[in-house]
Amino acid sequence: MELLLRVNGAERRFAPPLTVEGLVGKLGVEGKRVAIERNGEIVPRSRYAEVELADGDRLEVVVAVGGG
Amino acid sequence: MDDRLLIAGKAYGSRLLVGTGKYRDFEETRLAIEASGAEIVTVAIRRVNIGQNAGEPSLLEVLPPSRFTILPNTAGCYTAEDAVRTLRLARELLDGHSLVKLEVLGDAETLFPNMPETLAAARTLVAEGFQVMVYCSDDPILARQLEGIGCVAVMPLASLIGSGMGILNPWNLQIILDRAKVPVIVDAGIGTASDAAVAMELGCDGVLMNTAIAKARDPVRMGRAMKLAVEAGREAWLAGRMEKKPYRASASSPTDGLIGKTA
Repeated sequence: MELLLRVNGAERRFAPPLTVEGLVGKLGVEGKRVAIERNGEIVPRSRYAEVELADGDRLEVVVAVGGG
Repeated sequence: MDDRLLIAGKAYGSRLLVGTGKYRDFEETRLAIEASGAEIVTVAIRRVNIGQNAGEPSLLEVLPPSRFTILPNTAGCYTAEDAVRTLRLARELLDGHSLVKLEVLGDAETLFPNMPETLAAARTLVAEGFQVMVYCSDDPILARQLEGIGCVAVMPLASLIGSGMGILNPWNLQIILDRAKVPVIVDAGIGTASDAAVAMELGCDGVLMNTAIAKARDPVRMGRAMKLAVEAGREAWLAGRMEKKPYRASASSPTDGLIGKTA
């Protein structure tokens, strides 16, 4: 059974089990300064390895960009 | 002379705050901001592009938080809820850094602030321990309410964001300045150096701008011009300008000792 996640507004499928840390690797943003919100709640960086994602989770993965 | 800008207990040597948008590339961003002498730079928070530009440098590598005070903003947010969520993400992104720029827009065409949503977001953010610098309309009553909520700086617009129209209502700014106990920073609408100088001559504590520098023909040179304008305006305000005497000329040279006169 696959995990269906909504990442930055787009549906993506992953093989379970998957932690936030695993997701960061699969998205190719490891080592980047990002912040992650899961179902409206911040996931602290220190917890990426332990937070396991569930089917239907909504994730926002953000960075700082130029703006005024 | 110690004349530093004090925001939320931290002192800054520069009274010019700059945005980081609309530049051609990161190199131009870096050079223009260095020329401006700004210490506080504002950045937007956006979804990461997944699977793109994996090896490219990021903005925070070009403008490292070890060197600049990064001021995450909520540009593009139209509700208090989105603004609060964005800044919670920003605080996590910046390792607990709590100084933020709140802006909640009300209209995509004018980018005028939605003040009821701004007030609601400010209340939530202050309660959560954020130090809130707030973009607002130039309404003295709303500015006072934002200060009452606990915002660490109020940032009324000079004119519409990105318009370069300059200071449209210096009288409202003056009323805000006369009453505020927190720093007042003009945010939005500055077009050229004289606009920045006028803001500082009114007694503003600082000026925040982006487009005026980024969209100048030579952004690096304009960065320097803005640095000088903010410094000149501040010095003029501290010096205290001469009294204005409408329709009354007053010669600067001696009125006696002129040649050709009978003694």
